[in-house]
Amino acid sequence: MGIELQNITKKFTGYTALDNISLNVASGELVALLGPSGCGKTTLLRIIAGLELPDSGKIILENKDTTNLPPRKKNVGFVFQHYALFRRLTVFENVAFGLKVLPFRERPSRSAIQDRVEHLLKLVQMDWAIKRYPSQLSGGQRQRVALARALAVNPKVLLLDEPFSALDAKVRQELRRWLRKLHDEIHVTSIFVTHDQEEALELADRIVVINKGRIEQQGTPQEVYDHPVNAFVYNFLGNVNVFHGRIKNGKVSLGAYHLDAPDELKNTEEKPSQTFVRPHEIGISRIRSNETDLAGTIREVRIMGGQIGLNLSCEGFEHAIDAEIPRELYLNLQLAKGEKVFVSLNRVRVFTGDYEI
Amino acid sequence: MEFFQRKRRNILPGFGLSMGYTVFYLSAIVIVPLSMIFFNTIPMGWEPFLHAVTAPRVLASYRLSFSTALFAAVFDAIVGLLTAWVLVRYRFPGKQFLDALVDLPFALPTAVAGICFATLYSPVGWLGQTLIKYNIEIINSPTGIVVALIFIGFPFVVRTIQPVLEEVEHEIEEAAQCLGATRWQTFRKILLPHLFPALLTGSTLAFARGIGEYGSVIFIAGNLPMKTEIAPLMIMSKLDQFDYAGASAVALVLLLISFSMLLLLNAVQEWQQKEYR
Amino acid sequence: MPKTQTLEIAPIFHKRLSDPLPVQIVLIGLTLLFFVGFIFLPLALVFAQAFSKGWEYYLESIREPYALEAVKLTLTTVAIVVPLNAFFGVTAAWAITKFNFRGKATLKTLLDLPFAVSPVIAGLIFVLLVGSRTPFGSWLGEQGIKIIFSTPGIVIATLFVTFPFVARELIPLMEAQGRDEEEAALTLGAKGWQIFGKITLPNIRWGLLYGMILCSARSIGEFGAVSVVSGHIRGQTNTIPLHVEILYSEYNFAASFAVASILVFLALLTVGVKVTLEKQFQKNSFHH
Repeated sequence: MGIELQNITKKFTGYTALDNISLNVASGELVALLGPSGCGKTTLLRIIAGLELPDSGKIILENKDTTNLPPRKKNVGFVFQHYALFRRLTVFENVAFGLKVLPFRERPSRSAIQDRVEHLLKLVQMDWAIKRYPSQLSGGQRQRVALARALAVNPKVLLLDEPFSALDAKVRQELRRWLRKLHDEIHVTSIFVTHDQEEALELADRIVVINKGRIEQQGTPQEVYDHPVNAFVYNFLGNVNVFHGRIKNGKVSLGAYHLDAPDELKNTEEKPSQTFVRPHEIGISRIRSNETDLAGTIREVRIMGGQIGLNLSCEGFEHAIDAEIPRELYLNLQLAKGEKVFVSLNRVRVFTGDYEI
Repeated sequence: MEFFQRKRRNILPGFGLSMGYTVFYLSAIVIVPLSMIFFNTIPMGWEPFLHAVTAPRVLASYRLSFSTALFAAVFDAIVGLLTAWVLVRYRFPGKQFLDALVDLPFALPTAVAGICFATLYSPVGWLGQTLIKYNIEIINSPTGIVVALIFIGFPFVVRTIQPVLEEVEHEIEEAAQCLGATRWQTFRKILLPHLFPALLTGSTLAFARGIGEYGSVIFIAGNLPMKTEIAPLMIMSKLDQFDYAGASAVALVLLLISFSMLLLLNAVQEWQQKEYR
Repeated sequence: MPKTQTLEIAPIFHKRLSDPLPVQIVLIGLTLLFFVGFIFLPLALVFAQAFSKGWEYYLESIREPYALEAVKLTLTTVAIVVPLNAFFGVTAAWAITKFNFRGKATLKTLLDLPFAVSPVIAGLIFVLLVGSRTPFGSWLGEQGIKIIFSTPGIVIATLFVTFPFVARELIPLMEAQGRDEEEAALTLGAKGWQIFGKITLPNIRWGLLYGMILCSARSIGEFGAVSVVSGHIRGQTNTIPLHVEILYSEYNFAASFAVASILVFLALLTVGVKVTLEKQFQKNSFHH
């Protein structure tokens, strides 16, 4: 096992940042900690690195209890959100730092350090900048150097704290793919923290969704996206329509409109419910293909690039509905503001409880 | 185990050492010596203390120190704002030179400033010989003290306003002007309130410094009893007579005034920060 | 610089927001007037007075034995005070900026305390602490140690007066730089002294240097506090500013201003170094 966290709890004055978190990460796995800001995910990462101490719980790295080890003995690589490159040192010296501070007996020879730094900088495609200072590099370049620096000490695990959040959208996407590729090459056990669900879905082997200091769900991107266990996860992983209604006698009623409740909720007593539908899982057509289809009118059209966003109001349905359809379909159906269409709610998810958006 | 954890609450090393040394050095150089003022005043008893600090000569010196420092601080507020404005907003040859010289009163030993102003305004000095024709007496008068204190306090005001003025977003002023405000209205209603906390801070610092200032003042003040004797000079003359208790009593009052000024300033700043968060 | 004197006003307009030219000229004029009266005239006066009896007399005034003794004493004081306060400043800034603890705000206020204290009081407190009429002072006297009216007194009074300078420069600087780099070094296996020596110290070197220069400037120029504890013994406990005062009170203006001109020169140097260092700061601060 690469990383084992057992019952980690951390309280700050006034609130609980982490509430009894347990998590296992297999060797060589790339795991995303996903959650809104302030949910405790960065604290968890810093605790693994030893930069914070848990109030209780254990951190086991490669089968060794490291809970009380100081950070410099943990042998983890940490990549900071704002890079934290040493501004007075060159790129070379930054990457070599972890090797040069080793005790004399363990320290590689100068030429070995030189070779290793050059190798790492090639790996992150920054070998051309070896003599530069951090201030002469762009954000994306700095983050690559920071990664090389973290890898230089042969860390048992690599921890990345929102590594791309300070970068432009374009650079972010590029670095994301590149990091995935790099991980496939070097296979170091890695955890990265993010609040961007796209980043987590695209990059991670496994996603751990955290909210208010607790793990809501963990699984492969596919599992988490397709089978969210609760309203929070469903909502956090993408755009949604939320319809508040009541569940009663195996039916969910949304005003005058009714739909069948999912099996696990068939026999519950009457209570409030929320019905979730993702905008791109809403069917739009010119002809009624199903009895349950709603007759609606297009209130607004938003051109969003490859996708077209529609805002609809439907007869007998009190909520406005947001839908997204491919541009192709939009052109084929010759849709426009004010046009009448039929709307089908595919893949509806119903949750009960007092979750609020 | 618990002890170990407690010890490691701070992740970066050296907390105990650096904190311990900081507290030790602070106590040795500042706290313990300052406390001597109290230890020398308390044994006096209340009556003699009151007698010492309300003697007419002492009261006159407080009044003089207080009022001259206040005048100087107000003058510095105006000139400091003007200077900061000119240095931040305009471009003209020699600007950097002026900007650098703002710090001169910080860097120049106070005694040198003192003899300079005393000589400038003496009846045969460059400025004094002209002023005397109009019966304006600067030397040996409270005006002279104000002049010296203006010089001493000037950089405090400029250096606190300057960064604030530099950070004012152009958009704020542009927005005001788009809404139809004249340049003067923009300054009075938008910029001045924005600069006010810094202006207050700077002039309070100048004021606090002015109350305690000694070196630059004694040369120009003439030190006439009841007329141009500043409070620090009272301490000095009591010390010369080996009246340690009296000197501490006068010093205690002066200290309390300075500290309460600074505490008030801290409170105002905190309140300001909360207000505009 | 003839151009500066004739003052060609060539404002480069921020087209949108610049004040009208007449306003600019009036405001710049007023500022210049203030500078002439309060900065330029006094500076000019120092040199005019210093050379009023000619070069020969000037050189003699600053080379006579008492003046040289004063310079020596001042330099000794600076050599002791600046390293002590610099070491303290770095230590205090490390404790305050790299850790969270209760009472941090109070500690910061206490560091600034000497700024709120009149120089005369700064001298007074050491007379009260170790003067020959106090129990502790008289005990020290019996051991043959004299503090007040001798060099150690001058040194401790100066220590007090210049106490906050380095810490005050470093604390905002280190607060702005944060703890990220130190934490990064920590995860890379560096020990405490390695982090400090290789990461922190290079990051704060200009601020440290500037704080030390301010500290030196004030140590050289301190008058009030030193005046209380010195005893004004010529050739023994006279610092440069005290020497200036004595010459002035003896109506030996030319000599007094001659010695003062050294201090003016040092002050101008301080100001110049400050400008240079600020340029260094700016050059190095486009990091984020």
